[in-house]
Amino acid sequence: MTGLFLAGGGGGGPVIPNFGGGTSKCVIDNGRFCWDWFTQNWSGTFEPALIQHIELTVIAVGIGFAISFLLAIAAHRARWLAPPVTFLGSLLYTIPSLAFFEIMVSITGINWFTVEIALVSYTLLILFTNTLAGLSGVSSEVLDAAHGMGMKPAQVLWKVELPLALPTIIAGLRVAVVTVVSLATVAAYIVPAGLGKPIFDAIGSGLFNTKFIAAGVLCVALALVGDGLFAGLQRVLTPWAAARRGAA
Amino acid sequence: MAVGGEVKAAPLEFRGVTKRYPGAAAPALEDLSFTVPAGEVCVLVGPSGCGKTTAMRLVNRMIDLTSGDILIDGASILGRNESDLRREIGYVIQQVGLFPHLNINHNITMVPRLLGWDRKRLADRAAELLELIGLPEEMGKRYPSQLSGGQRQRVGVARALAADPPLMLMDEPFGAIDPINRERLQNEFLRLQRELRKTIVFVTHDIDEAIKMGDRIAIMREGGELVQYDTPARILAHPADDFVAQFVGADRGLKRLALTTLREVPLERTGDLALSKPAGGEATVSIDDTLRDALSVMMTDSVRPMLVLDHDKPAGYVTIELINKVLRDGAEDSKRPTAAASS
Repeated sequence: MTGLFLAGGGGGGPVIPNFGGGTSKCVIDNGRFCWDWFTQNWSGTFEPALIQHIELTVIAVGIGFAISFLLAIAAHRARWLAPPVTFLGSLLYTIPSLAFFEIMVSITGINWFTVEIALVSYTLLILFTNTLAGLSGVSSEVLDAAHGMGMKPAQVLWKVELPLALPTIIAGLRVAVVTVVSLATVAAYIVPAGLGKPIFDAIGSGLFNTKFIAAGVLCVALALVGDGLFAGLQRVLTPWAAARRGAA
Repeated sequence: MAVGGEVKAAPLEFRGVTKRYPGAAAPALEDLSFTVPAGEVCVLVGPSGCGKTTAMRLVNRMIDLTSGDILIDGASILGRNESDLRREIGYVIQQVGLFPHLNINHNITMVPRLLGWDRKRLADRAAELLELIGLPEEMGKRYPSQLSGGQRQRVGVARALAADPPLMLMDEPFGAIDPINRERLQNEFLRLQRELRKTIVFVTHDIDEAIKMGDRIAIMREGGELVQYDTPARILAHPADDFVAQFVGADRGLKRLALTTLREVPLERTGDLALSKPAGGEATVSIDDTLRDALSVMMTDSVRPMLVLDHDKPAGYVTIELINKVLRDGAEDSKRPTAAASS
């Protein structure tokens, strides 16, 4: 199996870069996955790319969540805010990612900031919608009891509404993390950073299987780990939800 | 009874209270005036749309009144900070509204937490309240979803009692419970109330529940009008008008009999009815049964007069004539014993 259809600059055949270390037969033959090459290049290529990818994701989801959270709380109080925010979020969400990155480059230039703006935009819809749905989903009798026993509005929000909205909010975060991990690979088209870089490199060099697969698998693994972390977080933060499922 | 310490209850007064919703032609409540003495249960009862729940919710300012005033322990609620006022008033609703994300201990101590009690006092109070409502202490660690409907409703009552409020508002608290458990909860609640002696505003649409739970009943009609406010016995004996007569039911005589136990009436013990050992197999009733129970047994078993037993010892006879006499002239003083003790 050779990736000839995506010919690199070398004139037809796969261009196998030689990063100093011994070039094994597997690498020369462009085998399916060369473990030796992967381990040799872990610290030089994959580890920094993975760390950058995590940074891209954490920053995008963090900022996206902060914005969505504040907007959702505002819209929870002032209902009229929800439709315009949802519309804007949907609009941003439907722009093709590659086009979005290109548009942003023309405005903010080629840098991380551009990438993050695009990534953050993709989290807004899901995080805003889920946070608002979680807050609105608190049953009216629970709210009646909360107000009736003398909780102030802020206490109702922090002690009742937000804790009860947590499962829905975290469900949104799980989707957002997976989406951003996946989209951040495309960001390497703009800024050579993250796991997208080895993927683009591998494609550009006539599809070097080991590099392509390693980066792809790391990307999928990162998405799964991110998803798993939030799933675990939810278990820890909402033991009552498990009790409810058990009782149902 | 450890809970509550000294008896703490406040009288409640509605003074010309009117509630008018903007845009509505007729007021929801019209010039409502009545007083609930401290430590009594006042049941607001009437068909749906009569404003009984609205009237109750005015007290803790979940709804604001349009004109008039409501006084708790002589002080108007109007100038009060809403949250502070509500923390001094127990609040129980039909759907309970427990916090699903908090365990039972946390749920029942929510108001004390808002009031800033320390940890030790909160833990002690939680244990005390669970004991009061007859739930085992380990239930405190469970979540509301792990409890039965009846247990949840008990917890709802415990939560309302937590800060020992002088006044409680209860909106159809047993309305969503099946009939068997409802009766059990009603009896438990009456037992609790005999010890706690809170002032309680209790809303229901069920006249039988009103008669059973109330020291006083306020019968309301569509349009928020108070038609009659009196003790259950007097309402049953002298309904103010056709609406009340119809609302309390054609069997109001039987309902009155259900309010009086045989212990409260002069049983026959003379002449032919001198006390004797009960003949084997003959039906008898206990002196703590109601006149209605006695009548029922007399009808079913065709035993008249019928022997009344006080802890297996003959106490006298109940006759149809005696029951007639109670219905004829007993209305003035046949108030329920629990209510009589408070005045």
